[in-house]
Amino acid sequence: MSREIAGVKASAGIVIGAALLLHNSELEVQTVSVEDAEAEIRRFQEALEKAKVDLQEISERVEREMGSEHADIFRAHLMVLEDPELVDTVTGTIRQERVNAESALNNAAQGFISIFEQMDDEYMRERAADIRDVTRRVLSYLLGVEMGMSGQAKEEVILVAKDLTPSDTAQLDRRYVKGFVTDIGGRTSHSAIMARSMGIPAVVGTREITTAVQPGSKLIVDGHAGVVIVDPSEDEIAAYQAKQADYDLQKAEWAKLVDQKTISQDGHHVELAANIGSPQDLEEVISHGAEGVGLFRTEFLYMGREDFPTEEEQFQAYKQVLEKMGEKPVVIRTLDIGGDKHLPYLNLPEEMNPFLGFRAIRLCLDQQELFRTQLRALLRASVYGNLKIMFPMIATLEEFRQAKALLEEEKQALQKSGVDLSKPFEVGIMIEIPAAAMMADVFADEVDFFSIGTNDLIQYTLAADRMNERVSYLYQPYHPAVLRLIRQVIEAGHAKGKWVGMCGEMAGDPIAIPILLGMGLDEFSMSASSILPARQQIGGISREMATKEIPQILGMSTSRQVEDFVTNRFAHINS
Amino acid sequence: MIEKKVVVGLPHGLHARPAASFVKLATNFKSDIKLVKNGKEANGKSIMGVMASAIAKGDEITLVANGMDEADAIAALEKVLQEEE
Repeated sequence: MSREIAGVKASAGIVIGAALLLHNSELEVQTVSVEDAEAEIRRFQEALEKAKVDLQEISERVEREMGSEHADIFRAHLMVLEDPELVDTVTGTIRQERVNAESALNNAAQGFISIFEQMDDEYMRERAADIRDVTRRVLSYLLGVEMGMSGQAKEEVILVAKDLTPSDTAQLDRRYVKGFVTDIGGRTSHSAIMARSMGIPAVVGTREITTAVQPGSKLIVDGHAGVVIVDPSEDEIAAYQAKQADYDLQKAEWAKLVDQKTISQDGHHVELAANIGSPQDLEEVISHGAEGVGLFRTEFLYMGREDFPTEEEQFQAYKQVLEKMGEKPVVIRTLDIGGDKHLPYLNLPEEMNPFLGFRAIRLCLDQQELFRTQLRALLRASVYGNLKIMFPMIATLEEFRQAKALLEEEKQALQKSGVDLSKPFEVGIMIEIPAAAMMADVFADEVDFFSIGTNDLIQYTLAADRMNERVSYLYQPYHPAVLRLIRQVIEAGHAKGKWVGMCGEMAGDPIAIPILLGMGLDEFSMSASSILPARQQIGGISREMATKEIPQILGMSTSRQVEDFVTNRFAHINS
Repeated sequence: MIEKKVVVGLPHGLHARPAASFVKLATNFKSDIKLVKNGKEANGKSIMGVMASAIAKGDEITLVANGMDEADAIAALEKVLQEEE
């Protein structure tokens, strides 16, 4: 009987193969007394040297294959092995207590690990894992235990482990390892990020894969769905082989488009950008060939902590994103919090109607210190790339003017104190409230751009909470009312020479894309994984022909009618 | 032996990369290098020691060098700590 185990989808793709279980259980270290301390110290130093040679090789190989950034972690490991505090503590302990090197090293490392584990900063806590990883490497030489698993894999395997450390993943022999599955970890854990940059399917955080699988068990790893099938039936294998073949073909097509611009069949360029939630998402943005970041949600900086992020922390995050994107545009949205998104330290009362309540720009204009801090961080970061600042939930022109005035005040104050703000940047608004969409022609005189946030625009237009299952059928992206508002915003922007983008789910929707393209949308911002499919789709559509269909589409009566028409008219979108 | 009080200008303090560059530079000198913060000493040539001392921007610390090249060491390391970007 086959068994399905769900986890977190860490890296897309499908692979079928045999499981190789990696046992990275704790190495057992016993304390033994030694006669000849000097000989024991030499043994320690030899193990240290071997580990250094390993790390040197790994860091060179990783740098060559995956880029310098991925190699940083191994250079850091090397520094740990060269750390005089560690080395002197170990040799001192061997000499004074006449104990074996394994035990002296283990104790010294534990001391450092517990210091780092107790630190407040998440980054520093992660360093404890680095010390553990590098200590294991030396211990395995001392104990004569084979550490790498690359030696074990002589045929194609799917690696199954409790967790994969940076050392483990770097040592994977990519010729043989075709996927991996772990018990712990999430989308942003080291193993998930590595899998994506290696382009092999992975499912992490399954909780139980190591206990559910025997060495050699047959597995199907579906990285799209985040599912692993253990001991699949013949039928399941055949079904997944077909899926895998389709996906491989598709992927080969998409891969050709990574470095290309997005050009419609009749030669019009539009920009395909990505939505991100944190600087960590950039890797995927770049590997999927985004032409910019169309929405950087800054909420992550504020969540999962006990106090507001400092200006400096924010500045570093914005700067990092701007620098990595180079000259490509990066639209950073100011804080959109309140209502349903709570911050414990902000202490806001519960609301009856959170989506119509005290949130986003409304909150920022009220709690000005909070807002000014973010604006200063954005301003300071502006010289490091191609920044565009976007205010969310703008309903009235006064709100925009007030927000812009605060930005201007902070700008002047910073300039006075000598901060370099020489690089111009654009300031725009997110259009997600029907009132703003209706008044787009008025806004267009004062903003530099519009970005249509369809997730909220749709629910406000049809007055339907999409989280409420009983009314979610009213959440209709193709409803002519929504499309008319969108067209109005695009035309109002263009009439004043302003560019118009979209940063909701709709921008990556294959049914919506021909309509939006036909309406003249300039920028489509979506999740990174949708970019290449969208680029391929747009390459097959003539914008001029799509434009001719717009009056007819806007004259339709129902969402269903629009959907059927677009599906038939642009038949290839279902391919 | 030279001691010098320094106010740390590094935006992230002695975190990750700056800590690594500090230690690499310190290792090039023959002198012993110490960082003292609130009476607690860290070996300036130890990456773990330096990182564990959690030195942040704006902290006033004492940089201590002791050895034949102590003057050069202080001058070079002080610069690293005061870098603002």
